Amino acid sequence: MAELVKQPKIGVFICHCGSNIAGVIDIPKLLEYTERLPHVVIATDYRFMCSDPGQGLIREKIREAGLNRVVVAACSPTLHETTFRRVLNSMGVNVYYFDMANIREHCSWVHSGEEDAALEKAKDLVRMAVARAAELEPLEQKESDVKPSVLVVGAGISGIQAALDVADAGYKVYLVEKEPSIGGHMAKLDKTFPTLDCSSCILTPKMSLVGQHPNIELLTCSEVQEVSGYVGNFTVKVERRPRYVIEDKCTACDDCVEVCPVNVPDEFNAGLSWRKAIYIPFAQAVPNAYVIDTEHCLGMTPIACGKCKEKCEPEAIDYEMESEILELEVGAIIVATGFELFDGRRVLEYGYGLYPDVTTNLEMERMLSAAGPTEGKIVRPSTLEKPKRIAYVQCVGSRSERYNPYCSRVCCMAALKQARQIREKYPDIEVTIFYIDLRAFGKGYEEFYESSARDYGVSFVRGRVSEIRHSFESDKLVVRAEDTLLAQPIEMEADMVVLSCGLEVFSDAEKLTRALGIQRSGDGFLLEAHPKLRPVDTNTDGIFICGAAQGPKDIPDSVAQAKGAAASALTMLSAGKVILQPYAAVVDEDLCAGCGCCEASCPYSAVNVVDNRAQVTEEACKGCGTCAAACPNNAISPQHFTIEQILAQLEALFQEAK
Amino acid sequence: MGKSFEPKIVAFACRWCSYAGADMAGTSRMQYPPNARIIRVNCSGRVDPIFVLRALKLKADGVLIAGCHPGDCHYLTGNYQTARRVALLKEYLKAMNLEPERLRLAYVSAAEGAKFAETMKSFVNEIKTLGPNPLSNGGQD
Ligand SMILES: Cc1cc2nc3c(=O)[nH]c(=O)nc-3n(C[C@H](O)[C@H](O)[C@H](O)COP(=O)(O)OP(=O)(O)OC[C@H]3O[C@@H](n4cnc5c(N)ncnc54)[C@H](O)[C@@H]3O)c2cc1C
Ligand code: SF4
Ligand code: SF4
Ligand code: FES
Repeated sequence: MAELVKQPKIGVFICHCGSNIAGVIDIPKLLEYTERLPHVVIATDYRFMCSDPGQGLIREKIREAGLNRVVVAACSPTLHETTFRRVLNSMGVNVYYFDMANIREHCSWVHSGEEDAALEKAKDLVRMAVARAAELEPLEQKESDVKPSVLVVGAGISGIQAALDVADAGYKVYLVEKEPSIGGHMAKLDKTFPTLDCSSCILTPKMSLVGQHPNIELLTCSEVQEVSGYVGNFTVKVERRPRYVIEDKCTACDDCVEVCPVNVPDEFNAGLSWRKAIYIPFAQAVPNAYVIDTEHCLGMTPIACGKCKEKCEPEAIDYEMESEILELEVGAIIVATGFELFDGRRVLEYGYGLYPDVTTNLEMERMLSAAGPTEGKIVRPSTLEKPKRIAYVQCVGSRSERYNPYCSRVCCMAALKQARQIREKYPDIEVTIFYIDLRAFGKGYEEFYESSARDYGVSFVRGRVSEIRHSFESDKLVVRAEDTLLAQPIEMEADMVVLSCGLEVFSDAEKLTRALGIQRSGDGFLLEAHPKLRPVDTNTDGIFICGAAQGPKDIPDSVAQAKGAAASALTMLSAGKVILQPYAAVVDEDLCAGCGCCEASCPYSAVNVVDNRAQVTEEACKGCGTCAAACPNNAISPQHFTIEQILAQLEALFQEAK
Repeated sequence: MGKSFEPKIVAFACRWCSYAGADMAGTSRMQYPPNARIIRVNCSGRVDPIFVLRALKLKADGVLIAGCHPGDCHYLTGNYQTARRVALLKEYLKAMNLEPERLRLAYVSAAEGAKFAETMKSFVNEIKTLGPNPLSNGGQD
């Protein structure tokens, strides 16, 4: 066996990928060229190498020709390395005797008009992969136990759903939420499209399940600071800020609120009402406990104030509480940190923040809510009178070169929903929606749009609004737009304007993604491992994403993704073991001079000089190879990316391709 | 000279960001000149100065090292070390009478397919202006 392995017998399998590769690269020529490369004992092609028959072909050739190394020239290894490694494994060939030449993403798809050059490049890429394959070494895969617990970050509807699914399956969940209550944006909504069920009625039962679930440890006022470890074995540092109210003791009696002398605009009601410095975010908050807002509190001493503590009978208030750092051990992480509403003030010409009667869609949700600041009445903020006409401005901050190019997906439906609710309550208020296109893409959405227009008499103007100003004569707002259906500019007076502000990624996304080592896409939202096939995975094994944090999304899609993320985490947890790539660095003791350059360069302190020789702590090493680049003696190298393997690729590249 | 000069470029790309960025350029069918060949490494920090010098000795006309944006390295600080090494290597190239522009460091995230394609275009153009690697005796063959 050892003898066999010494002599590389390489099989090269070239994929057409239908016409994706074969439409650009001349496969017969590439095949003919490949056959003559050193160590190649067989080269063959097939329409779809990743398909069952394609994999069967590889198996058959491994058997027939006694191949001990395999190169597949096809798509990106990110997509199918694991697929083909499995084929090798099923044939008893070490899975690290495998390499891919990426002739699709890196060749045929990006050089489609240049067939000759693409063929030359493909030849080079195959030759390089074959040269690397000859240098590959068998490695042993290590298994590691998976900690039977999951961290869920963010407790909007997505995080709540994911946490419940994991907890119901019998695993421990740490649910970390930065606000004092869970619920996220959905808690602020009045009714939800397209069925108009009351948002609280469907959310609150789930929130209380979370609060009572024996498997869920809820950490509010908390944020993730640091993440270390690897798939199945993460260690997470969470900072919990003090609430100054002991959750178990607080009976939510409201006595403290009566005595607190400070008034603060209530963020839950979009600043449309007041709360105190000690407050509960909303009546159904979970945990159902008060919290002190230290920014506005006069001071938690009898000298400065201290009234709330004096008043609290159950002695739930504790001014001595301090921030604490908790260290959690989890097997998987689900990120469900949601979105932030686009700040309407950024569009100066709409006058939000300047004219009180220009509001946002989220403020309108609060106004519509019976539990909101106006108890469900629609009033003009400047006069507190009932408006006669309300204009909606769509795509604020969305589908725009100046702000965000993407569509925020929920604002069209949210505007239709609110317009319909307004018309239902007050048939005498006119509602006009200014839109670019109305997007009603979901199940039952088009029907919802049809009936809103037909049965509720909502009117529509197609055209982007260019300006909103205030007319002193009429004390109304004037909305200016171009009606693109009539191809003429129009001006319309309205008592109130609602900006359909779009969705942006949650604030502080950068801090969290850096701590987690996951990436974001160009629009700022979290990046999935594959846009179609791995929508809830990230490129970091064991970390999953869901909900509006991944991209603008409505509730049905958020819940679907949350269930997907939970199922993916559960798959890992119930398997109990994960395979770790054996890429840790190894030291050649004969070459090592004990200089410590590696030690100084390692980001994980995974290598130390002991008795004049470098020593790698395998569990801590991530195989990045920074040490190898730093070592002056080539004495240390991560496995599978050794100096010999990389130089073999380089040398092969510059051998003349004939 | 006859045919116009087509530079040969080696690109080292870290698998977490830049290799995936190059994949994204492919998935989005963005066209760029076919002069570079990518070698996948775990982190841009893996790129040993030896690889760069060997590539130039083998008559590569240009070497690109592409990694995650500062602060985004999958291994925390690998790319900072790369930045430091690249600065030193550029000095070294000058001493060897090679234009330091033949070595370029680029930050390309997994989502930046367009940036990857742009980087390729601009690097190929730059190397075309520089002409062939002087070590290759005027680009014969
Ligand atoms: C005006 C308006 C009306 C809407 N109407 C509807 C509707 O009728 N029907 C419908 O289906 N959809 C509607 N939507 C969309 C709906 O709000 C979203 O689909 C839903 O809220 C997404 O849930 P989520 O849990 O992913 O995100 P979010 O609701 O944003 O929740 C994210 C949670 O994560 C927390 N968080 C953020 N960062 C961190 C961090 N670093 N650490 C810890 N916690 C963090 C937040 O505090 C929050 O609690 C509407 C949206 C708007 C703006
Ligand atoms: S490969 Fe080297 S630098 Fe990277 S983690 Fe391992 S020991 Fe540290
Ligand atoms: S850098 Fe190289 S020679 Fe120096 S201690 Fe580390 S492994 Fe040994
Ligand atoms: S992983 Fe991309 S530069 Fe380090």
